[in-house]
Amino acid sequence: MSLKRPAKNQPETFEFSSPSMEEANKIVSKYPKGKQQSAVMALLYIAQKQNDNWIPLAAMKYIAKLLDMPYIKVYEVATFYSMYNLSPVGKYFIQVCTTTPCMIRGANKLVEACKEKISENENVLSNDNSCSWMEVECLGACVNAPMLQINDDYYEDLDKEKTIEIFEKILKGETPKPGSYRGRLNTEPENNRKTLMDVKNA
Amino acid sequence: MLKDQDRIFKNLYNDMGSDVKSAQTRGDWVNTSDLIAKGRDWIINEVKDSQLRGRGGAGFPTGLKWSFAPKEVGSRPHYLVINADESEPGTCKDRDILRFEPHKLIEGCLIASYAVQAHVCYIYIRGEYFIEGQKLQAAIDEAYEKNLIGKNSAGTGWDLDIFIHYGAGAYICGEETALLESIEGKKGQPRLKPPFPALIGLYGCPTIINNVETIAVVPTILRKGGKWFSSLGREKNTGTKIFCISGNVNNPCNVEEEMNIPLKELIEVHAGGVIGGWENLQAVIPGGSSMPLIPKEKCETLTMDFDSLMAEKSGLGTAGIVVINKDQDIIKCMARIARFYKHESCGQCTPCREGSGWMWRMLERMAKGEATKDEVDMLGDVTNQIAGHTICAFGEGSSWPVQGLLRHFKKEIEERNNLDPIVQKKNNIPYLVDQHLLDKKNA
Repeated sequence: MSLKRPAKNQPETFEFSSPSMEEANKIVSKYPKGKQQSAVMALLYIAQKQNDNWIPLAAMKYIAKLLDMPYIKVYEVATFYSMYNLSPVGKYFIQVCTTTPCMIRGANKLVEACKEKISENENVLSNDNSCSWMEVECLGACVNAPMLQINDDYYEDLDKEKTIEIFEKILKGETPKPGSYRGRLNTEPENNRKTLMDVKNA
Repeated sequence: MLKDQDRIFKNLYNDMGSDVKSAQTRGDWVNTSDLIAKGRDWIINEVKDSQLRGRGGAGFPTGLKWSFAPKEVGSRPHYLVINADESEPGTCKDRDILRFEPHKLIEGCLIASYAVQAHVCYIYIRGEYFIEGQKLQAAIDEAYEKNLIGKNSAGTGWDLDIFIHYGAGAYICGEETALLESIEGKKGQPRLKPPFPALIGLYGCPTIINNVETIAVVPTILRKGGKWFSSLGREKNTGTKIFCISGNVNNPCNVEEEMNIPLKELIEVHAGGVIGGWENLQAVIPGGSSMPLIPKEKCETLTMDFDSLMAEKSGLGTAGIVVINKDQDIIKCMARIARFYKHESCGQCTPCREGSGWMWRMLERMAKGEATKDEVDMLGDVTNQIAGHTICAFGEGSSWPVQGLLRHFKKEIEERNNLDPIVQKKNNIPYLVDQHLLDKKNA
């Protein structure tokens, strides 16, 4: 269980924009009648996306009303799962994996790069208010370790220099290319492939 | 080495593209309706014949699991749920299936849904795999468009809808009942079993839950026959498996190989060897972080399957192999894994919620050499207090790696932690001693 606190400054009200509402209705229709509560996780994502990557308490109340469920149940879900941000984060939200498989391949160098380029501490906005970073648990790309995630994209096979290059790009407002930064094809063994040779570069 | 023609996932590295057209050239969706026309019993028997065991970690026989679904659909509909909440450190095999072989998964969903009589299938993907989820959604949309799923899917007469449900960063939702809670829109806290999900699962209805890899290999098994699958590997540990080799190796990679392949072959041939040479190997975590590590001496001859690893008091788990060489501090590595479990405990059962934090803090101190002599045994005691005393298998998953460390690297810990115990004679102060230790003595 991770400790999560809602932000101090909360907006008074929250409402879905019409595209968000359309998306929400589509999601509710995926579940059987009367089981609309199942949509709560997806609706929290929509609220997070609409509200600059964080979820205010007003949004939880709004979703509770929309799905006809108690507010505390929405609050429970929003605080249980680690991907819901309850306080503002940067427009570029950087998550560095530091679990053992990444750790033994040098994830601490990536953390150093974050400290140098983004901010001294986790969950603190950079000087231009555009980025923030945090350490997270295994992101499930262990073969491409060390790696980090910026918003939805995975950046793999990194080292300190390449991480700094990526950060310099996002600080200029550009979106760097996701994927492997050693130029290998996905999860194949680099320069050592022994299987499926006849389809290689097919 | 496994021959290329026996590989199931031919697009593991995305050489050919993942769209429906290229999937069809690889044999997906070719004669799905013929397979289904052979009937439910034939499908389940063929899967039983193949001796396929679940690829999600526990290794439960898949055919047997399917046969637990009620034979007749009563007042409650049946559901099929696919577990794509891959979060075990060291494992990234399902990600490649979702990205590059989505049609194998979707076709498997159709066959499995037919076999267990489900008309709705939910695929639970971890929230971090957003891009992978989008790729799978694109493949599902393609399948709907070509009428491969939906009404009268692929001309089989069976109606099937597939929906994706995203998780939000909770490792525990990989546990099947926690996953169901999460789909129902609650906190992901596991349920007590029994009742088992096959009878009372999602929304209280019969539900079959399978791992992505398990479902994705089913169409190929039916096409080539259960006999073909069971001819690979060895008795009760049959078929092929995607191994993820990460950590201190020269070329970390995913590779599909036969079960029962020697660990040394996987590391030396496919992953390009240990960094610093084989002699520099310290230990290997054989099946994702939950499985106890194996020291170098045993890695020489070890073969990778469920039963041979069980004999070494470890397990195949998800087949996520983490190689740790001698440049790493093994205690620190395990302390980091303990921190992972402390972070991911759902907080429902006290032994796990509190114990995972204790293990982490003790290991952190042991890594720095700040622990006392008696704490080494105390740590072992804590792990025994957790394992087997929780609702789900997370208790075992968090304490096994620590037990593995104590089993094989006790000497290293004791050398580093040489301080005298704070309490010298514990017999005289029973209030500081755990009650169960006293009970044991009196018994």
